[in-house]
Amino acid sequence: MSSPDLPLVAPQTAHPAPTAGSHHGTGKNQRVKRLSGFDRIAVILMVAIPTLIVVGLIWLPAISSVFLSFTNWNGIGSLADVKIIGVENYTNVFTNYPPFKPAIEHNLIWLVVMFVVATPLGILFAVLIDKDLKGSRFYQTALYLPVVLSLALVGFIWQLMYSRDQGLINAVLGTQVDFYGDPKWNLWAALFATCWKQVGYVMLLYLAGLKGVDASLKEAAQMDGANQVQTFFRIVFPVMRPINIIVLVITVIESLRAFDLVWVINQGRNGLELIATLVTANIVGEASRIGFGSALATIMLLISLVFISIYLAVVMREEER
Amino acid sequence: MSSTTVPRVRGQAADVPKVPHKVPPARIVLYVFLIAASVLWLFPLLWAVFNSFRDYGYTQAHGYASFGGFTIQNYVNAWQQGDFGQHFLNSVIITVPSVVLALFLASMVAFVVARFNFKFNLALLGLFTAANLLPPQALLIPLFRLFKAIQVPYWFSYSGTLLDSYWALIIVNTAFQTGFCAFVLSNYMKTLPYELYEAAQVDGLSVFKQYWQITLPLCRPALAALAVLEITWIYNEFFWATVLLQSGDKFPITSSLNNLKGQFFTDYNLLSAGSVLVALPVLVVFFALQKQFVSGLTLGATKG
Repeated sequence: MSSPDLPLVAPQTAHPAPTAGSHHGTGKNQRVKRLSGFDRIAVILMVAIPTLIVVGLIWLPAISSVFLSFTNWNGIGSLADVKIIGVENYTNVFTNYPPFKPAIEHNLIWLVVMFVVATPLGILFAVLIDKDLKGSRFYQTALYLPVVLSLALVGFIWQLMYSRDQGLINAVLGTQVDFYGDPKWNLWAALFATCWKQVGYVMLLYLAGLKGVDASLKEAAQMDGANQVQTFFRIVFPVMRPINIIVLVITVIESLRAFDLVWVINQGRNGLELIATLVTANIVGEASRIGFGSALATIMLLISLVFISIYLAVVMREEER
Repeated sequence: MSSTTVPRVRGQAADVPKVPHKVPPARIVLYVFLIAASVLWLFPLLWAVFNSFRDYGYTQAHGYASFGGFTIQNYVNAWQQGDFGQHFLNSVIITVPSVVLALFLASMVAFVVARFNFKFNLALLGLFTAANLLPPQALLIPLFRLFKAIQVPYWFSYSGTLLDSYWALIIVNTAFQTGFCAFVLSNYMKTLPYELYEAAQVDGLSVFKQYWQITLPLCRPALAALAVLEITWIYNEFFWATVLLQSGDKFPITSSLNNLKGQFFTDYNLLSAGSVLVALPVLVVFFALQKQFVSGLTLGATKG
């Protein structure tokens, strides 16, 4: 392949499925029984300690958020004073909280832009770079360099482009647009900068996928008279189904979790409301509306759990193969 | 794009500048497109580097779209005003233990899942993998209150609680990243030949020794790739640092930039220098260990 420095699917291709499957035999349970007392304790500890940490610090808090969303806790006083008030917080979120609607809209726009701009562009770059061109390493590195930067830093770097008085875009165009400050523009400015980072990531995942596609499939299709575009959409793309689903789920989840860049710009106000920033603002800010913030957090949790389930269903099926 | 069936002749283009009948036009379009895209992608970074070396007074007088006024003073100022020494140290204090702990915990779970065929294996792996994908904001309230409630001695954290301490960030980052690492490592470990363990068992090696002496050394490539990936992720982590830390002097470098926004606000050359300084460690890690970084990203992705 064009880039010897990318052993992208090495573990997958180097060890074909039979190796993984070979120890899934029937003798398995016997082996487990043969564990000595010491080994048994070792196995239990090796599982229990990490599990306790992940359950205690991630799953229990997540469940607690759901519980708190049905209470009126304001964060002051002990938990004993907490009153359960049913779905009142949710009613308030939907009917009596002006930033909620724009936040949902912005999250959806975010998702759509990642899908219709960043993802196809990433796939396109992956396909082109996979063609074994001269200098493909350079294109590849240039395109995925932003992937290693934090989104917060991306926000700062793009500020140098966007600033009204000192930014490059306004200097070149002779305009006076305040890209981060003007609610007409700031969402798009943030999205543009996010795409800059996201495209390289999608490209990387698809490059890995493309290298895993059996070359004889492509050849066979071309022998049958399919052109390259047809070959890609009818043969290559469907074969990469696991990657497609992973990119889909990652895109949805990352769009839902979008936070850093927007928080750096203006803490998610004035045209940049997102669900994640609303949750944070309700808890960390002056107001400290714990129950209400938890209702928002629970909504986030539920949406992401739907997609996490899809993801798990896909990868676990791969796993069992 | 259908013209790639014409074989490309190497060297031809170099000998004679114009050989349109040898290099298909579609190829040229392709090259132009990719080169343009690469330059476009690098541009914001190069722009930041370019301006970080320029004098504020000069750019004020001539505008940013000018050439000249080069200086390294911005770096000196950014380093001093931003207290970058302390913030880089904070990043190291938080990142190193988090990466080591996450890899250690994850490798243990992954080993058990890959080595034995228990009924709960898939569920366990799901529990870990899903944890990594939850939105952090959904856990914020309980964790915030929990860390605030836990009193610790002052030698442990001088805020007196876990909140506003390095420990809070180490713990949270570890918990979050263990899920991803467990998933990737278990996939990797499943590719190890089972005969190894049968031989080890014949030799009477305990389960822990099978993990420590056989599995971990064999997983070195995967561990290295994951370590690089995790270093960049935890170094870049912004949300938890922003909400769990309150004293400015404890912020890791990534979130401290936000803290410093006020000072850097008007001086974009200073802002550029600050950004370049923050980006530098990940860029160095990235260029030095590009192979590991990329294989780490795709290690998790191609298999799941």
